[in-house]
Amino acid sequence: MKKRWISLFVENDIGVLARISGLFSGKSYNLNSLTVGTTEDTTISRMTISLTSDDKTFEQIKKQLNRSVEVIKVVDFMDTAIHMKELMFVKIHGCSEHDMMKLSYMKEIFQAKMIDYAPSMALLESVQTEAGNNDLLKLLESDFSGRIEVVRGGSVAIEAISFSER
Amino acid sequence: MQITGAELFVKALLAEKVDTLFAYPGGQAIDLFNALYGVEGLDVILPRHEQGLVHAADGYARSTGKVGVCLVTSGPGATNLVTGIATANYDSVPLVCFTGQVPTHLIGNDAFQEVDIVGITRSISKYAVTVRRREDLGAVIKKAFYIARSGKPGVVVVDLPKDIQQALGSDGYPQSIEIRSYKPNISVHIGQIKKSLDCLKRAKHPVFLLGGGVNISRANEVMAALAEKTGIPVVTTIMGKGAIPTSHPLYVGNLGIHGSYAANTAISECDVLFSIGVRFNDRITGKVSEFAKSATIIHVDIDPASISRNIEVDIPIVADAKNAITALLEKSPEFDFHEWRIQIDEWKKQKPLGTKQTGESGVTPFAVIQKINEIFSDAVITTDVGQNQLWATQFLELTDQKQMLTSGGLGTMGYGFPAALGAKLGNPDKDVITICGDGGIQMNIQEMATAIVYELPVIICILNNGYLGNVRQWQEMFFDKRYSSTCLRYRRSCAATCNTPSACCPEYTPDFIRLAESYGAKAIRVQKRDEIEAALLSAKNRKKIPTVIEFIIEREENVLPIVPPGNPLSDMIMGGEEDEEKMDQPFC
Ligand SMILES: Cc1ncc(C[n+]2csc(CCOP(=O)(O)OP(=O)(O)O)c2C)c(N)n1
Ligand SMILES: [Mg+2]
Repeated sequence: MKKRWISLFVENDIGVLARISGLFSGKSYNLNSLTVGTTEDTTISRMTISLTSDDKTFEQIKKQLNRSVEVIKVVDFMDTAIHMKELMFVKIHGCSEHDMMKLSYMKEIFQAKMIDYAPSMALLESVQTEAGNNDLLKLLESDFSGRIEVVRGGSVAIEAISFSER
Repeated sequence: MQITGAELFVKALLAEKVDTLFAYPGGQAIDLFNALYGVEGLDVILPRHEQGLVHAADGYARSTGKVGVCLVTSGPGATNLVTGIATANYDSVPLVCFTGQVPTHLIGNDAFQEVDIVGITRSISKYAVTVRRREDLGAVIKKAFYIARSGKPGVVVVDLPKDIQQALGSDGYPQSIEIRSYKPNISVHIGQIKKSLDCLKRAKHPVFLLGGGVNISRANEVMAALAEKTGIPVVTTIMGKGAIPTSHPLYVGNLGIHGSYAANTAISECDVLFSIGVRFNDRITGKVSEFAKSATIIHVDIDPASISRNIEVDIPIVADAKNAITALLEKSPEFDFHEWRIQIDEWKKQKPLGTKQTGESGVTPFAVIQKINEIFSDAVITTDVGQNQLWATQFLELTDQKQMLTSGGLGTMGYGFPAALGAKLGNPDKDVITICGDGGIQMNIQEMATAIVYELPVIICILNNGYLGNVRQWQEMFFDKRYSSTCLRYRRSCAATCNTPSACCPEYTPDFIRLAESYGAKAIRVQKRDEIEAALLSAKNRKKIPTVIEFIIEREENVLPIVPPGNPLSDMIMGGEEDEEKMDQPFC
């Protein structure tokens, strides 16, 4: 079992998202995250899908996606260099002054931004790889246990231009 | 010119050369029916239930190769299609199903008779779409027919809101359509074809395994030629039966959990398995790790997703079956597998099918089906689901002129009779017979009225064992004979648990003879062997009304051989003393 990424070009039609997500639930494939948005061509949407599977199931998933009438192209991101980022918001409640100090260190080191603030509350915005966001979150969870609120967007990804490493 | 959506709908059907429409009206489809009123060149058939309707369209499509077309109203009309859509899609049958829908501005309001049929059928159709703009209507219908019939055929659902049916718009219907997201691959990779032939050159015990794909692509003739040129024996799945005539010297039989001894043994012992248009469903593989264990596996299929899904394939060939078979025929040398064929023929002789059936009256399923084989030469035979189906798939003889239709993938009880009506509508000059059980026939028996009013002289053979026989057989073999909810003669007056049918069992209800007669059909009950032929002959000669023949068969007749669940194909129960052990074994 391994985590994998796929990029899908699909028709920007009503119901396509349901068809794709329904395929995952109907066939018991393990979906981690799915993001979708329009592209430069507004009749086409592009999805970035993260899933966990073994090799054989992964092959099957790609074939099943390809077979869906609304899918224009399936791009396997497992052996291409890509840029991939995820947006995460973390709201921290009940902050003391000391907490605020800690938060400002953390955000520096993790290249997150504090985008909103009140005397006892802060809102961080982090645009990182999924792993980067996980690391930040782990720290926040241990220091502010029970006081944080998290929203994550799922990764979006695009093929690299000159980078050769993922 | 400006015309309504409903008028464009009719124009589209005619442009698609639809000659038969299976349709049941209702409020949200009334405009469409209005436009259909009196239209020439289009036979509008009104079945008595939407499930019967969609199975009839399915039988029409399977037997003619054309797209079957359905029209129903919204809500309950649409949901009544669901089982039939799944049945057809699972067996790759091309259907286009139009459903009425509440007007677009009411969608989502829980309006009267509103259901999200597109959402409901998403996972059981090839494509499903609601038309949201009148200007898209023509293109959507064009697309629906193209998607249904091309590539791996399937079901397309087109949901038509009432305001779209009523709205005026262009009368244009596109001649062709380009779908950028849908490009079915049908061409053959010649390199793979050569590779597969090289593999045959090294083979000693090769077998062709043919599935429904060969029948769907209508490759029967080229396939027979290929088998003859290569001299390779042919095994079929249930859906592939008839791919070459069953009387062909190279034909071995069906494989699978009720496959013949020779076929299952040949598959287990072969060194090259050349499979075409199959999906290696669990009903045919038995224990997967033992399936064709020492064979190199070649797999031709139009659907890349069925390659290496259940069985690891060595040489995949993604192609339409007919194109692949044609290419193989062209490139293939002649081989000599003489000894292997002799071996297989010996297995066939050793353990033939059906001979163990010994009902006291002589009215055995084997005897009935053999008579059908003798009497009918130009026919479509549909089956229902259950033992009746399995016997039919074992014993029926098929030729270029004799086709069998059966619900293989979904196994839908209630399929056989309405499918026969559709087949008769599509093939008025052929004899159409359905072989069904006493349980399944009751699931769509209302279509007897359809057969009467449209003068469809189909022959309905009910194999009455008074049981949901297929399930009863499992209970007998694997559940200590605990006949739980499988006796159709049960009444309140019976003991709470019973596993011994006797002469004192309550009367069967309904009385199929009187029931059929009340519809206006001819009905015959057959209780002796020598009545079988006369009943079938008289039915064959009836030209306007259907004939029901109720064959009273042995109540606990079994389908044999059977591969118990979890066993490899080579380990089957044949019916005899040596089997006792296998039946008591626990299974997984
Ligand atoms: C719609 C549906 N419900 C239930 C089943 C499960 N099932 C498979 S065979 C069978 C028994 C069929 O009985 P009958 O029609 O009398 O045929 P027989 O097996 O006795 O020939 C049942 C209940 C099914 N396949 N389809
Ligand atoms: Mg029965």
